[in-house]
Amino acid sequence: MKKGKGMKFVGDSRISAERNPYIPKDYSEFPGRTEAFWPNYLLKEWLVGSVFLVGFLCLTLAHPSPLEGMADPTNASYIPLPDWYFLFLYELLKYEFASGNWTLMGILVLPGIAFGALFLAPFLDTGPGRRPHQRPVAVGMMLLGLVSVIWLTWSSAAPIDYQARAEQNRPIPPDEQVQVDTSHEGYAIYESNCMSCHGDALQGGGAGPTLIGIDRSAEEIAQIAREGVGSMPPDQFTGTDEELEQLVDFIMTVNEQAQQ
Amino acid sequence: MLQKIYDWIDERVDVTPIWRDIADHEVPEHVNPAHHFSAFVYCFGGLTFFVVVIQILSGMFLTMYYVPDIENAWRSVYYLQTEVAHGQIVRGMHHWGASVVVVMLLLHTCRVFFTGSYKKPRELNWMVGVLLFFVILGLGFTGYLLPWDNKAYFATQVGLEIAQQVPFIGDALRTLLAGDPTIVGAQTLARFFAIHVFFLPAALFALLGIHFILIRKQGISGPL
Repeated sequence: MKKGKGMKFVGDSRISAERNPYIPKDYSEFPGRTEAFWPNYLLKEWLVGSVFLVGFLCLTLAHPSPLEGMADPTNASYIPLPDWYFLFLYELLKYEFASGNWTLMGILVLPGIAFGALFLAPFLDTGPGRRPHQRPVAVGMMLLGLVSVIWLTWSSAAPIDYQARAEQNRPIPPDEQVQVDTSHEGYAIYESNCMSCHGDALQGGGAGPTLIGIDRSAEEIAQIAREGVGSMPPDQFTGTDEELEQLVDFIMTVNEQAQQ
Repeated sequence: MLQKIYDWIDERVDVTPIWRDIADHEVPEHVNPAHHFSAFVYCFGGLTFFVVVIQILSGMFLTMYYVPDIENAWRSVYYLQTEVAHGQIVRGMHHWGASVVVVMLLLHTCRVFFTGSYKKPRELNWMVGVLLFFVILGLGFTGYLLPWDNKAYFATQVGLEIAQQVPFIGDALRTLLAGDPTIVGAQTLARFFAIHVFFLPAALFALLGIHFILIRKQGISGPL
């Protein structure tokens, strides 16, 4: 910008009154086949962005975001599960060297070293070479870190049955939850045989699914109570046939109530 | 007419150099996928920003219905999900966007790392980028609680217990986050909402601003 006497300004501002048009460097001064960002390259970016957006919207339409039942702090059987991108930290704490007396190892030392090194990478890897083969240590450590994070995430997520979890924790508004008739003769039998897995209002829990809205006949329910089904072991119900009848009647009554 | 308005503003404010600084620059050949297809790896940063913008916009719309209070939080999300027109899509974008942003961020970090772009003179921008990564993870952690369903509640409880085990400052840290040394409840939800909607986005905007100013100042790293 020009300086000194003779400069004229707009009003009493610091903006020059003389209009000197902004002339960018000629494109031929840049090496290689450069392209102007505005508007040529930006247009292409818009196109890539649009394709990305369409793919992303397809994902959100195909998989509605999950919602479980309203938080119930008294639910003791619920198995906590963090979002998938924290699973590697969660899994780390299950290792012997990172739990118990060594918890600090798992929550501070190991993640601290990994993320600290990531943060300070420019000062740990100070060589002039930028190509990966010119800095084998830095690249090796990064690959080691990536592989361990992927391995930890995978070994944590693989045994989780996300579908079964969603099925067991379907969102039911609290006001629509069934009022269980505790004076029903089958309730005491339910309480001693089934409640620990299926919840105090048949809403399901950590170990068993909800018993509301099930598509089963009385005979089938009686059979399942005796012989089990799926991951439910047999002989969960131990009692007389008469008690079994009361239990099944109780479950059917609650289901009928829920339908109304 | 538009040109006259622009000239009127330009004479008083001299905006031309400002927007020229932002938008008028050369895109080098080695980052342009039109010339080298493998240069698509240079798109990851821009796409991360794109998803962050999606998160900001969808989040703004979500707060129109969301109520940060333990009695109504879950109900407001359920209402949004089942009754509000397109509510499911907006919440879906915010929910899946949180995962996509982490994936894109990881890919962008890998691109910068394996091309050695963090070396002199770009050390500062790398550190700002790693801080951005932490801010995004913090947004993911605090946002997970907000629907106030079982999954959210118990995961947050575990997370807070882990924070509490940090030596010396553990209890203070947990109280700062949860509002109470033992309970995960009404205060926790209010604090997580405040952190998710005000504190972390403020940090995010500041760091993003520095990130972009440094890129424009230093230019993109040259070809390998």
